[in-house]
Amino acid sequence: MSARIDRRFAALKAEGRSGLVTFVMGGDPDFETSARILEALPGAGADVIEIGMPFTDPMADGPAIQVAGLRALAAGQTLKRTLELVARFRKTDADTPIVLMGYFNPVLNHGIAAFAVDAAAAGVDGLIIVDLPPEEDAELLAAAGAEDISLIRLATPTTDDKRLPTVLRNTSGFVYYVSVAGITGAGHMDTDAVTAAVKRLKRHTDIPIAVGFGIKTPDQAAAVARVADAAVVGTAIVDRVGQAGDDHDAAVSSVVELVKALADGVRSA
Amino acid sequence: MNAINNPNSFRNGPDGTGHFGDYGGRYVAETLMPLILELDEAYEAAKADPSFQEELDYYLRDYVGRPSPMYFAERLTEHFGGAKIYFKRDELNHTGAHKINNCMGQILLARRMGKPRIIAETGAGQHGVATATVAARFGLPCHVYMGSVDVERQSPNVFRMKLLGAEVVPVTSGSSTLKDAMNEALRDWVTNVSDTFYIIGTVAGPHPYPAMVRDFQCVIGNEAKAQMMEKEGRLPDQIVACIGGGSNAMGLFHPFLDDPDVQIVGVEAAGHGVDTDKHAASLTGGRPGVLHGNKTYLLQTDDGQIDEAHSISAGLDYPGIGPEHAWLKDSGRVDYVSATDAEALEMFQLCSKLEGIIPALEPAHALAHVGRVAPTLPKDHIIVMNMCGRGDKDVFTVADALGVKL
Repeated sequence: MSARIDRRFAALKAEGRSGLVTFVMGGDPDFETSARILEALPGAGADVIEIGMPFTDPMADGPAIQVAGLRALAAGQTLKRTLELVARFRKTDADTPIVLMGYFNPVLNHGIAAFAVDAAAAGVDGLIIVDLPPEEDAELLAAAGAEDISLIRLATPTTDDKRLPTVLRNTSGFVYYVSVAGITGAGHMDTDAVTAAVKRLKRHTDIPIAVGFGIKTPDQAAAVARVADAAVVGTAIVDRVGQAGDDHDAAVSSVVELVKALADGVRSA
Repeated sequence: MNAINNPNSFRNGPDGTGHFGDYGGRYVAETLMPLILELDEAYEAAKADPSFQEELDYYLRDYVGRPSPMYFAERLTEHFGGAKIYFKRDELNHTGAHKINNCMGQILLARRMGKPRIIAETGAGQHGVATATVAARFGLPCHVYMGSVDVERQSPNVFRMKLLGAEVVPVTSGSSTLKDAMNEALRDWVTNVSDTFYIIGTVAGPHPYPAMVRDFQCVIGNEAKAQMMEKEGRLPDQIVACIGGGSNAMGLFHPFLDDPDVQIVGVEAAGHGVDTDKHAASLTGGRPGVLHGNKTYLLQTDDGQIDEAHSISAGLDYPGIGPEHAWLKDSGRVDYVSATDAEALEMFQLCSKLEGIIPALEPAHALAHVGRVAPTLPKDHIIVMNMCGRGDKDVFTVADALGVKL
């Protein structure tokens, strides 16, 4: 439904390559550095950007992303500030799709309809709400749809053929295939299993398939890029921010360096 | 249950998708959704199978020690000088609390489903001990997630779980307490989807947990009803229980929900006071939100971040509450009040001295409400309070709070 996401995947298809989706935590390590990282991502080769909305209790995330969220919260990040980050990014980039990813409570607390309106005004194109399965998302789906924001759903190794239609119904933008049953940043991706899973998904939908969880290196990104429409990298990027500690310039340059390498991997596939 | 035929019943919930009004539901990551649906189906099948209930009844009787007695607390009744006070003695269960009623039900279900690995979260350690106990009884490996702060302050229970063969996993993420232990247990489950059964300890979490845990705890209220008829020839005027997540309370309350003459009171932990930022009273001081798979009242910030709860009782130290309680609060059927750390401490000592029963700090909160209202009520007013746990586990905490060096 989001024109920006659809245009981006159409352009990737025209180029004959797969895309790189990068995840960073909004406001990590602080608002200013996070804004600089976001601004640098498209130039480094990110085709789509996911911004994490920090939450105290991220039950599907591994240690790296949990800690990143707490760093951001400690630096004063809020849902409103995350929307401000998007608005600021949009001043420098009108084309790169922005997807907000996080948990439902801050969104519910903001007010579902108000959140959709505010997100659209900031320049958000898609939403991934990890703990909001199709069974519970009718209200957000309607509100997001009214603002042309895509609700992007997760499909996982446990999503069987019986359940897949429920997950894919009303999904737009792209489908996020979680390659490992587990938390973010854990486990090892099995390329053969991913290939089979993407084939299975393609039988059920024409929407682009992005694959994430467990991709850490340019080689792994390239392997996924060969079989899916996009590769998603989160934990490895967030780790770079954490490793930079208080050196915020280093955080920006380290993330850029990794994203460039990942983008090269994806483009070489 | 004839309640199903009564559209005005308070006992019909949840609906087919696990909602109590607007509360409850299934707010979990997609990886867990198929597992939750599988669990729901398996539980419905078990409920419909008389042999499941027979097996559960057998273990509840011969292993847990049910029925628990209904005891007339004569000296406390005299002390308060008003209403007649009864204790439902669930602290006499094997492992010393009501928690095992639910653990026994869930582990029998796990066996039925062929899940060989058990995980659980625990705060004070009571649910962890009960889970480790049933896991030992049935020879299943068991991992108990416990916040590192709680591991420190509940070391006897940690050792108890280890003796029972469980692995206690200290959780250092977030605030390192119960809510973080629950996050970590959910992360384990997401990672070990094929072989693991997650025994949740309270009437919270994604559907079917709130309804399933309630059903397993309803043995408390069903027994209480029969025992009151036997002893007094009528139902009590008031029933009282403490509430953290709310499983002992829901177990006592649910069978009485459609008896309009029975007043029902839940007592939350007010910590230093509900007007401070150190309490655990989600219904009194919180707002509806979504955490750990269900929509319910939560302690949260203006930004929708989850607040830390505080209570002297580690078992009540949780920023949420079961969704059915949220619904019962809004409907007005149950009154929810609170008691502070100081009130609970006072009742802990009073009950020990007058009745020879050292209560857990959790039911000491319920007793604080009883102590407030009993003197104002006539002598023929009957109160039943759930003595849901014994206080041996709390002696170090209480000694510390009273400035006594052990």
